[in-house]
Amino acid sequence: MPLTMKKLAEIFTNREIGITQGHRMCPGCAAPMTVKMVLMTAKALGYEPIIGFATGCMEVSSTIFPYTSWSVPYIHNAFENVAATISGVETAYRALKKAGKIPPDKKYAFIAFGGDGGTYDIGLQALSGAIERGHKMLYVLYDNEGYMNTGNQRSGSTPPGADTTTAPVGKVVPGKLQLKKNIVEIVAGHEYVYAATVTPGEPMDFINKIEKALQFDGPAFIASLSPCVRYWRVDDDKAVDITKLAVQTKYWPLYEVDRGVYRVTRKPASFKPVADFIKIQGRFRLLLQRSDAEQILNELQQYVDRRWERLLAFEEATKDKPIR
Amino acid sequence: MASKKVLAITGAEAAAYAMKQIEPDVVAAYPITPQTPIVEYFAKYVADGEVRTEMIPVESEHSAMSAVVGAAAAGARAMTATSAQGLALMHEIVYIAASMRLPIVMGVVNRALSAPINIHCDHSDAMSERDSGWIQLFCEDVQEVYDLTILAVKLAEHEDVRLPVMVNQDGFILSHGVEPVEVLPDEVVKKFVGSYKPIYPLLDTDHPVTYGALDLYDYYFEHKRQQIEAMKNVYRIFPLVAEEFYKISGRRYNYVEPYKMENAEFVIVALGSSNGTIKDVVDELRSEGKKVGLLKIWMFRPFPKAEIQRYLTARKAVVVLDRAASFGAEAPLYEAVKSALYEVAVRPLMGSFVYGLGGRDLKPEHVRYAFERAMALDLVADREEYLGLRE
Ligand SMILES: Cc1ncc(C[n+]2csc(CCOP(=O)(O)OP(=O)(O)O)c2C)c(N)n1
Ligand code: SF4
Repeated sequence: MPLTMKKLAEIFTNREIGITQGHRMCPGCAAPMTVKMVLMTAKALGYEPIIGFATGCMEVSSTIFPYTSWSVPYIHNAFENVAATISGVETAYRALKKAGKIPPDKKYAFIAFGGDGGTYDIGLQALSGAIERGHKMLYVLYDNEGYMNTGNQRSGSTPPGADTTTAPVGKVVPGKLQLKKNIVEIVAGHEYVYAATVTPGEPMDFINKIEKALQFDGPAFIASLSPCVRYWRVDDDKAVDITKLAVQTKYWPLYEVDRGVYRVTRKPASFKPVADFIKIQGRFRLLLQRSDAEQILNELQQYVDRRWERLLAFEEATKDKPIR
Repeated sequence: MASKKVLAITGAEAAAYAMKQIEPDVVAAYPITPQTPIVEYFAKYVADGEVRTEMIPVESEHSAMSAVVGAAAAGARAMTATSAQGLALMHEIVYIAASMRLPIVMGVVNRALSAPINIHCDHSDAMSERDSGWIQLFCEDVQEVYDLTILAVKLAEHEDVRLPVMVNQDGFILSHGVEPVEVLPDEVVKKFVGSYKPIYPLLDTDHPVTYGALDLYDYYFEHKRQQIEAMKNVYRIFPLVAEEFYKISGRRYNYVEPYKMENAEFVIVALGSSNGTIKDVVDELRSEGKKVGLLKIWMFRPFPKAEIQRYLTARKAVVVLDRAASFGAEAPLYEAVKSALYEVAVRPLMGSFVYGLGGRDLKPEHVRYAFERAMALDLVADREEYLGLRE
């Protein structure tokens, strides 16, 4: 029977998810939701998760010694190397299995979590290396579009116009100028990889993709749009809603790339303007106060439209044509 | 004792050969001159099925150290090797490996740090990791590279130690120089290192642990104290491991090797391959009736202070040769030796000579000059001097 949210809820009423309540993340943060959905799916499918975490909000908030929120094996090494670390763990597993030192029937899931800073920026090299080497691991990016552990600085994922402390909106410079880096395309370019986008606002799509990623015979990458309620300046109960809006406005299309084959997994019957997504967030407040705000929003609309069209074209062009 | 087999091999091959016999579970490595042949030899062993080791051909040294940390935490015996810029790139994770108490063994083929770029030997790379919490061993010759690589595994994994070990060999001088090496039979090495018993492995999902927690001012200091104590335990454990190694090999190791130190009044202290040259000069001077000796340092971290004090107290003059500089301070080995001698009853006159940076040769006449200065009591403790430098 396929997994559903209801089924997961039933399974985990009397069972540990792997991360407990009592961590010190902000109320309403989407990151723990992302982590929980990944862990629940993995455990429900019979995997023993081993977690690697990059330095960031979730890592510092969940392991304040002498406490830990983790009841599954967990390792934090440094900021930029979670992919390399988990590739070492996965390799150790293969070595020890070969040597007959671990029970052969155990089904492990080697899962790395990283924020956008630890993935798009400083950790990109280690991520690329680990994917290229083909480690059987699942890398989950929780993308809040800023460096939150150090207090809302720009990252390679921050969208243009968002106000951050290292690319602030000033009298001369209108905040971050550059577009968001397309991490899924970068990862998909490694060819033998499963890469997909998810959001906590679309849980069934999320669970299905985690299942597929875990069963993929090689490296898998999941990018989860993960609102930071502090930096995005939205109410504590809005993280999930806003990710739905991100999908409906084409800001965060839900799709997957399975060895080069694109598939858009959510095609809303009608779309909302991207301005809806921008206007409800405080981080774009200063952008919206500019005299040229309308023009910037128009450009952004054109950009997301073009990307959506491109995505559909990729889907059509790559249908039944996996690279390997 | 095992039957003897002698191979004519380089330091790099000796390190790789020892690694092959140890047969760790995981090796992650990235090439850099002059360490490259270690990775190459080992990759060939893997390709030929001579070891069951899983090798991770990572995309950088930073990832090499990150991956061996992951592998060791998972419960594997893990090794790597590097040089200079590679070690510098690892730096952040070198500390993490020691602080997580992971018994990783790493071959370091000593090479000068940039800039300017230079591929030849000095100890600036090793010295930059002096305070990282790794045990640091230095080799005089290729035999020692082989022996100490094997010995390091047992030392690192001892339950009272559980610290990573760097086995340093001089770039090119040892790594690319062919010497006869007496190797042990595979089974003897396997038996000596035994099978690895990990503590708190990540793969034991029935007993989940958290590695790398956030440790604020309420606990960090106590954890560092534990690490300091673990390092002190090495003073107790190293002789036991060295004795066991002696039993299988007939070769004795210690923190330091005193060479012609009986009644020596003038002593040189040094690390690494230059000890060979110094020994020759000591022999020459001894044949001329001069009371000279050498104190070779095998273990630089933890620093063998008690041995330094015991061997050097009441000598007339001590010259320390450093193959690394410390900008704005005294050279690292000199500083450590001088500091140890502050406490002895009768302090010798001291002199500091820096030599061999970027692979510059240390010639017998340089060593002879240093001894002559010592014998003339023409040394100033506060003046750093240079051997083989054009001024
Ligand atoms: C080498 C290094 N550089 C910088 C830092 C400081 N640092 C720690 S976490 C972080 C930002 C994390 O941002 P992200 O990966 O997006 O995760 P988030 O905190 O937003 O969850 C930074 C800059 C560090 N720990 N290590
Ligand atoms: S600062 Fe943002 S990312 Fe960090 S815990 Fe709070 S809401 Fe989550």
